[in-house]
Amino acid sequence: MGRSVKKGPYVDEKLLRKVQKMEMSKEKKLIKTWARACTIIPEFIGHTFAVHNGVKHIPVYVSENMVGHKLGEFSHTRVFRGHSAPTDKGTTLT
Amino acid sequence: MARLVGVDLAPNKRIVVALTYIFGIGDALSREILAKAKIDQNQRVKDLGDAELLAIRDVIKDYRLEGDLRKDVQLHIKRLIDISAYRGTRHRKGLPVRGQRTRTNARTLRGKRKTVGLGRKKEEEKKE
Repeated sequence: MGRSVKKGPYVDEKLLRKVQKMEMSKEKKLIKTWARACTIIPEFIGHTFAVHNGVKHIPVYVSENMVGHKLGEFSHTRVFRGHSAPTDKGTTLT
Repeated sequence: MARLVGVDLAPNKRIVVALTYIFGIGDALSREILAKAKIDQNQRVKDLGDAELLAIRDVIKDYRLEGDLRKDVQLHIKRLIDISAYRGTRHRKGLPVRGQRTRTNARTLRGKRKTVGLGRKKEEEKKE
């Protein structure tokens, strides 16, 4: 189920404040954040966020058509290293 | 034979049903269209007059259907891939996008079972 429209999009307040501060001072630097659930709003465009993926912060440059998605969607949490080596018997997969 | 939005036709079916053969029209939309065009749902397609077909065409032109709709869907998927969102990478890999399990099942997207193994000497079809 989607989020209630009444509440508006979920935006991490601290993060928003940080963005606004940067906007004011016209500087652009990496903002470290753990707020993966934060919705990307138009104000974020052009900024780069370092979004935590559980291990480290992945830099995410926010472009126009990312608006409406969540920050976490761009910072993958799983690493796929391929399937295990084939066994003698032969397994059914893929 | 009646043609609507390109390739579509329908001979002996009721018009509500026939319309759903068009990509982008389901039961609900089909009924909605017929209500707007003031046509009885139970009429057979072959009994439809030119005036009625025109009425349907007139209503239908406000919807995105068939090729246009398919293009829209492709564009949405392409957008997800371009911004490298998680859902985009799932589309690219041909795996389920909405968090379903892939240990078993997910056969619609992953296709027929393939057997891997035997030191990669040969690929054999096994099971189903």
